[in-house]
Amino acid sequence: MTSARTKFARSLMRLDWLYDPKTRGLIFQVALLVGVAALFIEIALNTAANLRAQNIATGFGFLGRPAGFDISQTLIPYSSTSTYGSVFWVGLTNTLLVAAIGIVLATILGFIIGLGRLSSNWLVQKLATVYVEIVRNVPLLLQLLAWYFTLLISLPAPQANYRLPLGIGVTDRGIYLPAPLWQPGLGAVIVALLAGIAGAVAISVWAKRKRLATGEQVPAIWYGLAAVIVPALLMFFALGMPLAFEVPTLGRYNLDGGMVLLPELMALLLGLTLYTAAFIAEIVRSGIEAVPRGQKEAAAALGLRPWQIQRLVVIPQAMRVVIPPLTNQYLNLTKNSSLAVAIGYPDLVSVFAGTVLNQTNQAVEVILITMGVYLGISLLTALGMNWFNARMALVER
Amino acid sequence: MRHPTSILALAAVAMIAAAASSSAATLAEVKERGELRCGVNIGLAGFSAPDDKGAWQGLDVDFCRAVASAIFKDPAKVRFVPLSAKERFTALQSGEIDLLSRNTTWTMSRDTEQGLAFVGITYYDGQGFLVRKSLGIKTVTELAGASICMQTGTTNELNVADYFRTRGLTYNPVVFEKNEEAISAYNLGRCDAYTTDSSGLYAQRIKFADPDANVVLPEVISKEPLGPAVRQGDSQWENLVQWTLFAWLNAEGLGVTQENVDQMLGSANPEIRRLLGAEGEFGRGIGLDNDWAYQIIKGVGNYGQSFERNLGKGSRLGIERGYNRLWKDGGLHYAPPIR
Repeated sequence: MTSARTKFARSLMRLDWLYDPKTRGLIFQVALLVGVAALFIEIALNTAANLRAQNIATGFGFLGRPAGFDISQTLIPYSSTSTYGSVFWVGLTNTLLVAAIGIVLATILGFIIGLGRLSSNWLVQKLATVYVEIVRNVPLLLQLLAWYFTLLISLPAPQANYRLPLGIGVTDRGIYLPAPLWQPGLGAVIVALLAGIAGAVAISVWAKRKRLATGEQVPAIWYGLAAVIVPALLMFFALGMPLAFEVPTLGRYNLDGGMVLLPELMALLLGLTLYTAAFIAEIVRSGIEAVPRGQKEAAAALGLRPWQIQRLVVIPQAMRVVIPPLTNQYLNLTKNSSLAVAIGYPDLVSVFAGTVLNQTNQAVEVILITMGVYLGISLLTALGMNWFNARMALVER
Repeated sequence: MRHPTSILALAAVAMIAAAASSSAATLAEVKERGELRCGVNIGLAGFSAPDDKGAWQGLDVDFCRAVASAIFKDPAKVRFVPLSAKERFTALQSGEIDLLSRNTTWTMSRDTEQGLAFVGITYYDGQGFLVRKSLGIKTVTELAGASICMQTGTTNELNVADYFRTRGLTYNPVVFEKNEEAISAYNLGRCDAYTTDSSGLYAQRIKFADPDANVVLPEVISKEPLGPAVRQGDSQWENLVQWTLFAWLNAEGLGVTQENVDQMLGSANPEIRRLLGAEGEFGRGIGLDNDWAYQIIKGVGNYGQSFERNLGKGSRLGIERGYNRLWKDGGLHYAPPIR
């Protein structure tokens, strides 16, 4: 009897490790990992086998082959004899251009509208509310198409040769700006400008130290501005104004020369900026409203002026609430820029995941690269914003 | 906002992964499903467009119906899958459609590297240009410096680049995913010219508010043989689709029409008897009954009838048959015999 019981107890002991939650957890995790890995390997092998069976070319060799088509906007040198690899870089730079400009404009507009939502002025507050409610509730694709066709309808034809001051040409083919031409001596002006900027930074550091040490306020902004402008201007005039512009002239069909801002880019920027600004406005509003009333009242009791209360007390605290969702909006804007294909702007999705995919038919490779790029851009943006967030959070004492 | 890229990607990867090794049995799959899945153009008058009752009409659409007739003895057993130029090949590769009949140019790379098998030519086309009459242009070279609207993912994009580069001329491409947007942009003055296959230019022009204010330049800058394609690797299916096209063309050559096909069953002409299955066992080799070609003609008529109904004199397009006549009438269509 006893021996039987001992035996049973011993057999239980031998299985002890099975009942240890730590060990079991580990076993399940390893099993899951192996399962997931096996699934992905199976998918990869199956895909490769199917592609072979259907006689579809595979591999990344196509990136070195000539593309054979032209692109309307290229920030890097490109012609139809360039490779599919160059198409990738053209598309990527075009996407980054839209994302970068869009983020800056949407942030500025979003902050203005967000503050407008909290304005004590009835009209301003209602206008901001109406804007937010309309813009964020209409699908972005429709807004893009609306902006694009509105621009095409409202802008004059090139033959009208409509000009703004400085020879800026406004047409439905784009806005043509005079292009700066490099002249000898311009380098020195730029050096003077850079030196001025460095001087301005030094002045602001000095002013801050002085303020902390003595409490004396120095008008550092004006000194800094002077440091930037004065030496550069002096150099510019001393060297006999070494700057010329190539003003676009009317050709048979279009304005020729100068720099062109395509209507596709304008419509995309308009659409993305206005749409994202509506969301940013709400984020800014909620951030400011999240700052306790007592903070404002305490600041007022200390004798701070209204704008000082906003700048020194409310906004720094609101920023902590604002930054994480703001990051989200930046990522959304970048990803939404892939709607560009609908209005003919040559972004990454349009020229690479669109045209290149179609000409080579290597869907798997092209889509994997494109997904990787968007993932990379998003992770980098998030990384930058997290760093900024950490910095803002440190302001807390 | 959902992200079109990731959805497209997942769809492409998942479908190609799932397309399994069943590629050798398309016919069995189609029969079991009870309908043919046919990839067509979203909207190109004369080739593939829904009419005012919502029914698909056009030459490419009729070819889908011809294949369905051969298999099911019923031209209605087709599910039409409208595709943009960009989506069409991925849809075929991934098995979403059984047959691509979407004004697609037969080129070497598409036929040999992209997993497609073209079965023949349904329409001999060439790339042309549409411009506003007010420009007073006569030739394509006069378009140097102009802005040209076109659709992405087409041979047209490549042809224009070649044409202008080899002549040392420049132009500004404005490229859209969908034809509708390219046309709207042209009409709103974004471009001086719109380019696509000539047949497409005529098809688009009749939809304009003022068609006569626009002209198609007489010059054609490329060869665009348009034809249906299937996936590589299923020779039975490829043969079936190919011989559907040949039977369609042969019927015209032999004078067999939708109206007289039942009388023709009693014809003494051995060629007609073989075509209609009164003689021989020609259906067996493609896995169908011997009256397969009879069903095609009964269902949609012969090639010439479909052409005239959709593109020629019976349509608003009024395109001359030109190269698309049979060889014996001075055209290029020449189908191998059924025997």
